[in-house]
Amino acid sequence: MGQVTMTAVSAATPGHDAPAPADPAPPGPAPLAPAARLLPALAAIYRAQLSRARVARMPLLFVATFQSLGIMIMMRGVVSAGDSEASRAVVAGSSVLVVAFVALNLLAQYFGRLRASGGLDHYATLPVPPAAVVLGAAAAYASFTVPGTVVTAAVGCALYGLPWTHLWILLAVVPLAGAALSGLGAVCGLLAPKQELATLLGQLGMSAALLLGVLPASHFPEVIRWVRDLLPSTYGVEAFARTFAARPDWGNVLLDLAVCAGVGVVSLAASTWAYRRAATER
Amino acid sequence: MSTTQSAAVAAPAPPAETTANAVTVRGLTRAYRSRRGAPVLANRGIDLDVRRGEIFGLLGPNGAGKSTLVRQLTGLLRPDSGTVDVLGHDLVRQPSLAPRLLAHLGQESSALDELTVALAAETTGRLRGLSRARARAERDAVLAELDLEPIAARPLAKLSGGQRRLACFAAALVGERPLLVLDEPTTGMDPVARRAVWAAVDRRRAERGTTVVLVTHNVIEAETVLDRVAVIDEGRVIACDTPGGLKARVDGAVRLDLVWRDAPPADLPVIAALLPRAAVNGRRWTLRTDPDEARELVAAITAGPAFAALDDFSLSTPSLEDVYLVLGGRQHGWAK
Repeated sequence: MGQVTMTAVSAATPGHDAPAPADPAPPGPAPLAPAARLLPALAAIYRAQLSRARVARMPLLFVATFQSLGIMIMMRGVVSAGDSEASRAVVAGSSVLVVAFVALNLLAQYFGRLRASGGLDHYATLPVPPAAVVLGAAAAYASFTVPGTVVTAAVGCALYGLPWTHLWILLAVVPLAGAALSGLGAVCGLLAPKQELATLLGQLGMSAALLLGVLPASHFPEVIRWVRDLLPSTYGVEAFARTFAARPDWGNVLLDLAVCAGVGVVSLAASTWAYRRAATER
Repeated sequence: MSTTQSAAVAAPAPPAETTANAVTVRGLTRAYRSRRGAPVLANRGIDLDVRRGEIFGLLGPNGAGKSTLVRQLTGLLRPDSGTVDVLGHDLVRQPSLAPRLLAHLGQESSALDELTVALAAETTGRLRGLSRARARAERDAVLAELDLEPIAARPLAKLSGGQRRLACFAAALVGERPLLVLDEPTTGMDPVARRAVWAAVDRRRAERGTTVVLVTHNVIEAETVLDRVAVIDEGRVIACDTPGGLKARVDGAVRLDLVWRDAPPADLPVIAALLPRAAVNGRRWTLRTDPDEARELVAAITAGPAFAALDDFSLSTPSLEDVYLVLGGRQHGWAK
């Protein structure tokens, strides 16, 4: 019952009776280690993020794809096959919805979680340019969307009898819409004061992309069309939908893609600013 | 404020010679806003001198202000006033230099959780500016050093808390820095992993003169691994000395812990007389006294009727926790 203990030295922790090493420290400021450069750091973060897909993202990527496939199958009940404004909108909207789900919604949640849990400190105490962290993650999330978008577009074309001729345009639509939406997602995730709010913003953004992207624009009242024009995913949807025409209006396709690119540049710059703010002002 | 200054004077550190110190902190003050909106001072005029090649501890209970201090040392937080000099560089003016001078092991692993142990170490090295080949070579060396090779291909999220902590420590070592700031590095580790951590720290100090600032609230660890320790309470440094030097301040005193089965028998005169002197924590009473009185008390309690109410008792030499309490620390929340 009773015991007399003397404070023991833990076996796991070797003692350090001797103070610091005897040799005198070199005078003057210590040399600075080199900082990581933008592109190698971006590549390292991109690679690390892609590897996360195997562990954590696969189920969600399936969900993103199945959601879009489900919407197309459901809409097939009211939209008949064959080239029409409605069928183009459904297929293009559902395909870009995969991008919105992953790049906007999931990235907002990722950054929201990272900020709330203090994970941003890890990057903030490494000599890495903020742009590399944001762009690396955004590029990875945009890449996650490629298989789902391609599958959705291909199945959609089969389901609605649309030509596959210009599906290659996805090679431009996915990265550009991906840049615009992932920048927006990163801003939401990094600026939201609470993790729950980041999740909410991501979900709302995706819902907007769903509702305003999948239905043909001409069916909306004027006010809703304005809102639709404000959504960056709209321009990805429009660019893709135009290529289903027998003779696509390439000028307007390019214009739509240019808007995506422009929004992408602005939103990624904003997300880099948001990252700096979130990483240091706490 | 006066306490801080007296503590700084009492510390055996030589007067600030920036170049001989790895870290020099003067008058560091930082407030944060509480939920009610009133500013709370997390650090109130902290002075510190960490010599190069030293393993220096920041010891204190939860909420003492250690993490706020570390965030300012690592450039994550800007102080309201005061200076932070790390290896000759002013980090208040240029916080962005911190990542090029020091490696920081924070308490959170969420940025690395979904990576494998190997990729977490390699990526962190790449982000410290290493070339790919160099990052891989250092990754392999550190994983071998810490015996992490068997779990190198497993994601951190699937590991136990101690293994995950060790993997984060490995990442902190890739891309060598002259200063390591480690925030409770051994939390949750088994003795083998703990030994690996201290061996790795020792090796870097012996071979490269690496300085270590270690945050802990584990007093046993503080007593055994640190060269010097600053005891922090309510945002101030209340003492700074070697662990032995600190303990010498309460020399001659011993600690008597009494744990009661249920309610203490306060109707007994010997027990009633102890109550005003005891620090009561649930069923545990802690008394500080000289060895002779302690012996008499143990004899009186174990021989008398109080013995039946006693669940356990122990008599021990002073620890850093006792030093902390004797110095006037008011907080609880120590890990033992």
